[in-house]
Amino acid sequence: MDLSIRRVRKEFDHFPALHDVSLDISSGELIALLGPSGSGKTTLLRLIAGLESPTAGAIFFGEEDASHKSVQERHVGFVFQHYALFRHMTVAENVGFGLKVRPSALRPPKAEIRRRAAELLDLVQLSGLEKRYPHQLSGGQRQRVALARALAIEPLVLLLDEPFGALDAQVRRELRRWLREIHEATGHTTVFVTHDQEEALELADRVVVMSQGRIEQVGTADEVYDEPNSPFVYGFIGDSSALPVRVENGQLWTQDRMLGLSLPGAPDGEAVLYFRPHDVELVDGCGGCIAGTVAASRRVAGTRRVELEIGGERARVEIEVPLDHRASEKSRIAFKPRRWKVFYRDGVKAAPKSPHAQAHEGRILALTGA
Amino acid sequence: MTATLAAAGWRPRKPSVIPGFGLTLGFTLAYLSLIVLIPLAGIVWRSAALGWPRFWAIATDERTLQALKVSFGTALVAALVNVFFGTIVAWVLVRYRFPGRRIIDAMVDLPFALPTAVAGIALTAIYAPNGWIGSLLTPLGVKIAFTPVGIVIALIFIGLPFVVRTVEPLIEEIDAEVEEAAATLGAKRLQTISRVLLPALAPAILTGFALAFARGVGEYGSVIFIAGNIPYVSEIAPLLIVIRLEEFDYAAATAIAAIMLALSFAMLLVINLIQAWSRRRFGHGA
Repeated sequence: MDLSIRRVRKEFDHFPALHDVSLDISSGELIALLGPSGSGKTTLLRLIAGLESPTAGAIFFGEEDASHKSVQERHVGFVFQHYALFRHMTVAENVGFGLKVRPSALRPPKAEIRRRAAELLDLVQLSGLEKRYPHQLSGGQRQRVALARALAIEPLVLLLDEPFGALDAQVRRELRRWLREIHEATGHTTVFVTHDQEEALELADRVVVMSQGRIEQVGTADEVYDEPNSPFVYGFIGDSSALPVRVENGQLWTQDRMLGLSLPGAPDGEAVLYFRPHDVELVDGCGGCIAGTVAASRRVAGTRRVELEIGGERARVEIEVPLDHRASEKSRIAFKPRRWKVFYRDGVKAAPKSPHAQAHEGRILALTGA
Repeated sequence: MTATLAAAGWRPRKPSVIPGFGLTLGFTLAYLSLIVLIPLAGIVWRSAALGWPRFWAIATDERTLQALKVSFGTALVAALVNVFFGTIVAWVLVRYRFPGRRIIDAMVDLPFALPTAVAGIALTAIYAPNGWIGSLLTPLGVKIAFTPVGIVIALIFIGLPFVVRTVEPLIEEIDAEVEEAAATLGAKRLQTISRVLLPALAPAILTGFALAFARGVGEYGSVIFIAGNIPYVSEIAPLLIVIRLEEFDYAAATAIAAIMLALSFAMLLVINLIQAWSRRRFGHGA
């Protein structure tokens, strides 16, 4: 089922939670709504489900405007962060609930409901637990029951609100892989909300990055990671370092030094340089590079992260160095980012730029809105 | 007994993170004995002194049977009514925010605090044939005060807070998400209430019912004003006990008391067993 969200706006007591959000989701896609808390991602999900109604705008299920349909009529499968299982019902009764409450003309016979429940419990790998009550299950098992219950009504779309948020890291990884398998097996159009970027990037076909009630960027994991279109996305997805700079005659400057990064044709102004800590090249001696004093260094898994103080204003950036690098305190390290991007202070324009090898041309992107 | 406990590894002085078990258990037992068990044992003992034939004669006396029937019958009806309306009151107080909510919330507790005689007199004044409501009902041929219906009304008044205060916390505990989940699965509002909410509230409702019922069976002060106290019709068992006492027929009084005690205990036990069963089945809180 295609989903189309058209200029949806949602206000709670005149406080806008979503500003004119538009998004198209095609049938069978697995979409992640990713953002910090308060970004409006859960509100958007609840609007799709019909648990909230939009202040303005419309939500289309296929060709049909679903905006004024009730939750019951929308036929969505919704999975809650805290499972929301019916605790006085057995696992099988929970799964069969959606079929049991159908009007009698559409309600399958009891045996059929039982068969469907057993089938779905098999799909979520919980066969044999039909007679258990929710309190007798672990968190991961409960969430599987919740998913089976949502799938039982053969939903048009499957919506998951931070489905793994209440689970511990290992169970979460396991369920993530397993959700992907279920998605491939059933082919439901699926939208899930998460604040965990790893989860979003690993699981979703496309990631919708949200902030402060707006969609910042929509794209595949590669697109949002490699081509962030705003300082927010750069900062939110993956690790990033930011350094305040000045653009002057197509060159980047800190207060007193030229960085050796050029942006031909870019207008002058105050800006911020963004790069990935791991995507840097250490250089010896420095005429046209970024150099700083080591302020702190820590071991992160297979690499070493070093915090550098740059220049007189002592701006701090983080870079990754090889483990055997002698990054002792107060020593000086010079580096050049391989891939980087510049966003102007006023937020109007961004100028992405390439590695020094000119692999990317120095085109200037105009950011809309913001 | 001691042998089995010892075999099960039970020792009186087990080191514990919550110390004071011995002391508090001792206090609890002593306290319960003084306040509850010894007086109740006294009742049983006094009525046992009657001898079986006399006890049976008092127990099966028509007036005693009628009084017990009135007491338990009206308490049952009142508790059932309270279960229904008390649950609604609790629901409204928890789920909705409206001006005056706090005042209504406080008013629910009034029956706890008010001297029951005051409540009885007030209700009688309102429901008597010449009272506010009574005068409206009399032309319709409905008589409330001085009939068992009046007793039921007094007991509803007395029992309301028991249901409201036991059901409230559980309603607060119900996650709105559970209702939303039911809705996304296609359940209509009534289905959500009957299949999801009420079963979840059932244990608390049952507790509230038990408390309101027990209170109703034992209620005296408010009932005697509104009941009219007509023997065989609207005379409650506690009143009959008082009458027997005033006649210096202590044996008969204790006999009726013992019967009430046995009946109440049996009913509360059954209710508690149902709750233990539901707790085992549905886990915490249920």
